[in-house]
Amino acid sequence: MEVRVQNIRKEFGRFPALNDVSLDIRSGELIALLGPSGSGKTTLLRLIAGLESPTEGTVYFGNEDASRKTVQQRNIGFVFQHYALFRHMTVLDNVSFGLTIRPSGRRPAKADIRKRALELLDLVQLSGLEKRYPAQLSGGQRQRVALARAMAVEPNVLLLDEPFGALDAQVRKELRRWLREIHDRTGHTTVFVTHDQDEALELADRVVVMSKGQIEQIGTPDEIYDTPNSPFVFGFIGESNILPVRVENGQLWIGDRSIGVSAQGEADGPGQLYFRPHDIELLDSSDGCITGLVTVTRRVAGTRHVELDIDAAHSKVEIELPPEKVTSDHSRIAFRPTRWKLFRD
Amino acid sequence: MAHDVTTTGTGNTELVRVATSESRFARYGLIGTALCFVALFLVLPLAAVFTEAMRNGPGEFLTVLSDPETFAAIELTLLVAVIAVPLNLVFGIAAAWAIAKFEFKGKAFLTTLIDLPFSVSPVISGLVFVLLFGSHSLLGPWLQSHGIQILFAVPGIVLATVFVTFPFVARELIPLMQEQGTSDEEAALSLGASGWQTFWYVTLPNIKWGLLYGVLLCNARAMGEFGAVSVVSGHIRGLTNTMPLQVEILYNEYNFVAAFAVATLLALLALVTLVLKSLLEMKYSEQIAASRRH
Repeated sequence: MEVRVQNIRKEFGRFPALNDVSLDIRSGELIALLGPSGSGKTTLLRLIAGLESPTEGTVYFGNEDASRKTVQQRNIGFVFQHYALFRHMTVLDNVSFGLTIRPSGRRPAKADIRKRALELLDLVQLSGLEKRYPAQLSGGQRQRVALARAMAVEPNVLLLDEPFGALDAQVRKELRRWLREIHDRTGHTTVFVTHDQDEALELADRVVVMSKGQIEQIGTPDEIYDTPNSPFVFGFIGESNILPVRVENGQLWIGDRSIGVSAQGEADGPGQLYFRPHDIELLDSSDGCITGLVTVTRRVAGTRHVELDIDAAHSKVEIELPPEKVTSDHSRIAFRPTRWKLFRD
Repeated sequence: MAHDVTTTGTGNTELVRVATSESRFARYGLIGTALCFVALFLVLPLAAVFTEAMRNGPGEFLTVLSDPETFAAIELTLLVAVIAVPLNLVFGIAAAWAIAKFEFKGKAFLTTLIDLPFSVSPVISGLVFVLLFGSHSLLGPWLQSHGIQILFAVPGIVLATVFVTFPFVARELIPLMQEQGTSDEEAALSLGASGWQTFWYVTLPNIKWGLLYGVLLCNARAMGEFGAVSVVSGHIRGLTNTMPLQVEILYNEYNFVAAFAVATLLALLALVTLVLKSLLEMKYSEQIAASRRH
């Protein structure tokens, strides 16, 4: 189901957790809310769920105003970071819970509930474990039970709060792919919160980058990575370098040298040049380039990371080179960013 | 020795102690001291109670217990417990629920207030009710003119007992519920459960062991309370004497066999409570541990 968040503001006491946030979630989409802690992403998720109520603004489920509905009436599925499984119930009872507690008019027959729960356990690859208690499962298994439990009520939207946050790296990666598969198979509109950019970029159809209670950028993983629209997004997603530069006659300058990058249409004045460590080309000439002194080189898996001292700009940058390119300390390297972004103050 | 590590070097055996173990002298010294202490202050007095009660044989033991006044005291004690424990069960859950799961102004004050009966002397707890309901109090004349008897009657005893035993259930539940947090409840609500269903199917099962433990302690105290009850009861024989008060009266009359016979029942109650508690802990240790884990 389509979910629309309109001009939401949320204050805890006098502290604003969300400030005028609007977001359209398309039906069947897998969308990630990404941001550092304190950015308001979990608050936004809980507002959609109805576990919190907004100070101002509206949440629409389809064309219906859901703001005045309770969490029960919204019919959502919520998955918690620490699973929140009912520890005194078996796996099967956990998954069946949402159906068994329905009033008798809307409650399926006992056998149907059981069948549905077993189907879901099959979907999350936990067949045969239905008689276990949560304490007898691993973290990854518990989170899969939690997802099955949330899906059992045929929710309008699935909301996942840092679903893999409590798991170790290996399991996390596995579950990430698995969640994508489940989503593609069931087609639930899904919103998940994460502070892990790899998770967001790998898993989501669209990523919502948040900071300080506001949405910084909404876009596909490619858009977010390739064309960040603010210094925050550029700095938060992936690795980045920042160099203070000057615009003069449509060219970028560091100190008294042009760096060979044209900025047509930009007004003269100072700015910050952002580029990623791998978006560079090495040059032989010393004209129209950035030069720096190698301070440290590190070999990380398939690339060589080189730290450079850019004395003209009084700052340091890190670039990535192919491993066969050997650089000695204190040698000079000339390069030019191939993909970059200029942010003006 | 299980805690000693033997290293064989150049032929002579050298004993190296594990860092956290003590010398044999210290170990036996500490264990002996503890055992002596337990024997002297727990086992011996308890044994004395039982031997004194049985001094003239089990026949007399039963005779003194079937004395009408003593029997009335036993009945009253049971009645008070039957009223006070369920009340405190409900109050305790309500208070713990409010404190552990909600944020509100005056929460710290409420927590302190719950501890109040633990921190004041039981005699003062009794006196509070005398001041509140006595004939010279504000409420006294009104109660008297309406023919309602609270002091020196069963209602007063129940009130004093409820007051004194109030903290047991709440104190047991608050840390447990705080540790468990609210996400289980939120999960249930998100799945469509009503508030009542959430409480019944999720919250209550999560706290049942702590709750049972609190109830056991609450019951033991409700039956054994002396100070507060003594102040409000008026010591009317056969009417307002509970078992602890009856023990005192019999003792003061040099009726030792009867006094110790009633004391035996109280001591048995304590033993049964402890055994029940240990049994529960043994049988359900896994579940209890699981309900504390998250």
